[in-house]
Amino acid sequence: MIGMTLTAIISTMLIMVLLVVAGTFTWVERRVLGFVQERLGPNRVGPFGFLQWVADTVKILTKEDRPPPGADRVAYILAPMVAATPVLAGFGVVAFGDGLSLANIDVGVMFLLGMMGLTVYGVVLGALASNSRFALMGGLRAAAQMLAYETFLGLSLLGVVMLAGSLSLTEIVHAQRDVWFVLLQPFGAALFCIAGVAAAHRLPFDLPESENDLVAGYLTEYTGMSFGLFFLGEYLAVLLVASLAVTLFFGGWLGPWLLGPWLPGPIWFGLKVGVIALIFIWIRATLPRPRYDQLVRFAWKIALPLALGNLLLTGLIVVARSAP
Amino acid sequence: MSAVDLVNELSARFGEAVQGAQPTHDAFPTLWIAPEAMPAVHRYLKHEIAQPFPLLVDLWAIDETARHHREGQPPSGVTIASHLMSLQRNADIRLKCALPANDPRAHSIAGIYPNADWYEREAFDMFGVHFEGRRDHRRILMPPLWDGHPMRKDQPARATERPPFVMTAALFDAEEQALAADPEALGLPTQRDGVELMILNYGPHSMATHGVFRIVLALDGEEIVAARPDIGFHHRGAEKMGERQSWHQYIPYTDRIDYLGGVMGEMPYLQAVERLCGITVPARAETVRIMLCEIYRIMNHLLFYGTLAQDTGAMSPVFYMFTDRERGYRVIEAITGARMHPGWFRIGGLAADLPEGWDALVRDFLDWMPSRLDDYEGMVMRNEIFRARTVGIAAYDTATALDWGITGPGLRATGCGWDTRKQRPYSGYQNFEFEVPTGHRGDCYDRARVRVDEIRQSLRIIRQCLDHMPAGPIKADHPLTTPPPRERMLHDIETMIHHFVGASWGPVVPAGEATGQVESVRGLTQYAVVSDGETTSYRTRIRTPSFAHLQSIATIAPGLTVADLVAYLGSIDYVMSDVDR
Repeated sequence: MIGMTLTAIISTMLIMVLLVVAGTFTWVERRVLGFVQERLGPNRVGPFGFLQWVADTVKILTKEDRPPPGADRVAYILAPMVAATPVLAGFGVVAFGDGLSLANIDVGVMFLLGMMGLTVYGVVLGALASNSRFALMGGLRAAAQMLAYETFLGLSLLGVVMLAGSLSLTEIVHAQRDVWFVLLQPFGAALFCIAGVAAAHRLPFDLPESENDLVAGYLTEYTGMSFGLFFLGEYLAVLLVASLAVTLFFGGWLGPWLLGPWLPGPIWFGLKVGVIALIFIWIRATLPRPRYDQLVRFAWKIALPLALGNLLLTGLIVVARSAP
Repeated sequence: MSAVDLVNELSARFGEAVQGAQPTHDAFPTLWIAPEAMPAVHRYLKHEIAQPFPLLVDLWAIDETARHHREGQPPSGVTIASHLMSLQRNADIRLKCALPANDPRAHSIAGIYPNADWYEREAFDMFGVHFEGRRDHRRILMPPLWDGHPMRKDQPARATERPPFVMTAALFDAEEQALAADPEALGLPTQRDGVELMILNYGPHSMATHGVFRIVLALDGEEIVAARPDIGFHHRGAEKMGERQSWHQYIPYTDRIDYLGGVMGEMPYLQAVERLCGITVPARAETVRIMLCEIYRIMNHLLFYGTLAQDTGAMSPVFYMFTDRERGYRVIEAITGARMHPGWFRIGGLAADLPEGWDALVRDFLDWMPSRLDDYEGMVMRNEIFRARTVGIAAYDTATALDWGITGPGLRATGCGWDTRKQRPYSGYQNFEFEVPTGHRGDCYDRARVRVDEIRQSLRIIRQCLDHMPAGPIKADHPLTTPPPRERMLHDIETMIHHFVGASWGPVVPAGEATGQVESVRGLTQYAVVSDGETTSYRTRIRTPSFAHLQSIATIAPGLTVADLVAYLGSIDYVMSDVDR
């Protein structure tokens, strides 16, 4: 009983921290984009505009939020929750430090993949429920894109699982004490990052939203806090993908080489996630968006065979090394 | 073959149907044709004659009922005029036909020149002219429920001449109903091979349509099966205003026809007016006009560049280009005192001389741009994803372009090197060295390529203006120069009187007809003005390139995906105010 209460309290705290981090991340993104694009970005609310995200949250919470006429009310209200909840749940197994995870389950990688896969239901549900043709097209794109990218997202990290011999995130980090897996699995890491961007629906893989041709895709009819939940889910998904990348390929909470003991594990972890999140922003500022069919073709015809090849190669090496 | 030979040839072939030639103030022969012979003459000029006229530049109507000066013209109530261009001859011809005022019925030429379709709809909408051989007569610019044909002389130009407008709930609903995207009325298919198509109402408030513009799409998945562009949401009655404002007062309106072209819109209007007045503009004024036009061309093309990149999903370039545009606008601001719509050219010259230190400002801008353009080259034009999104997308050939009246970069991207500045130099363009960039595929990428190269050519022209700016007056020595030079106005009574008349009534421009053509930022812009010897224009016809470009969407869009359509729309580079006027 006490154990459960404790878990509940820690979970709530974790969610609170995550909300603040996601809010801060939106501010960082807007400032960085402003810097990259020769403009200022938000700089009015609080020091360096830091409180902008608080103001935005207040605005979004107080906005009227109602389904458009003809929408499926239940699904319309449910969809943002379906989109945001799995991402929050995914953080439950992330190992922020040695032993610092809410639930250190031994199939952590599987759980995370499952949770990330679930987010697409929220998107498709929201698109169908909105009774808007733009949303519908966004939903279709989301479904096709996720189907294409989930396949090689899973395959790209299986190499790591083979090398570590475990599906537990903690074990995988421990296996990187000597050398980070990014050096042993460069293809896997590259493919994972591409698929990760797609899983988080970020430019150049933001086709479900694609504001230049679909207005806002599946988000078109959403407003107020139900929009806010989708938004939150997306930003948390970026952080979740970054956390997963750090855990699988960049040594998790371990500091690089001899620098490890200088800072506590969770700080290292946070720094690495921050760097990867910055790269996400950088990519967004730089690249145009490919067309939907080009994107899906890339996933099935290039990325998937590469991921399979990588898996085969890794398997051969692992078997050869373990053979006496 | 000269214009006289052409007229003789047509007279010999069509005999009585050619009712006579009309003298005008421009270089184009103008012939009166019997209404029933219009299709035959057009067909002959497009298909049968040696060195044909493949481009229908414009087709418009003139309500003649209130006109006094019609010397040398057959009696007419409503006149339909069409303007054809031959690229091979580098010559134009204008054909007119006289129709009765109370039930004007002309013959459609949309079967010969496809782009006549929208022009005929406009003539119906604005003048009530019916065209035999058309499937239907639908309004194009005015709201569907509008009563009357507003360009007729008996229709008021001011809201105060009508009873007060009241929007009732019933009227609102009726107007809204009338705008619903009804596939049947638009002639859109609802099925293809037994598959039901999705009708998507794209716009008029979509960021992808770059303004209030609607396209009704029939979609099979993401593929466009048919598209029907729908315009008129930005209509302000600019041509009607031309009949209400004095010749001088109308100049600022011309800025706002293509609101990104700045002073570019003043050029063709003033050319036409100055031809009517017989004014020769001094060299310094001409060179300054060119310089400003080219700066505005750069301003527009930078916006095009950034928004096309934006349309393909790249969010940053447009911000860099706004930094550049800000620098350009600083130059414009220092010279004209305004940024987007300076209204700075005057009949017979300019509003003011260049300010002190203008050369340093212009030089700064010229030195700033090239390295920035190099950056964009890597960021946009050489970007693999951008190329994947634009190469081979929405391609058309020169013949299709001419069929639909496409001019400017959209035509040059197909490999046709027509540029009015080169072929028919005006305002002294013949004194400048510059090239006309062309493409060869006629796709989105080439349209972008042509414009990007044009930026560099414009920089070249501005550099030459800077190095060789002539000295001398900025206003012509002519009584109709409006307003007259201020120094003289304060010293001699005659100039004072001209100033007074010009400022109170407006200048009285001699009766006649004249045309001005320029290579504007988007293509061929043409003003055909009719003066009846009054202080206002009798008819101001504005031929804009964007109008023609949008009409071609229905032909070119099928087969594209929705995402391609956005890149295609971006590559057309239209401005809705330029379409609807």
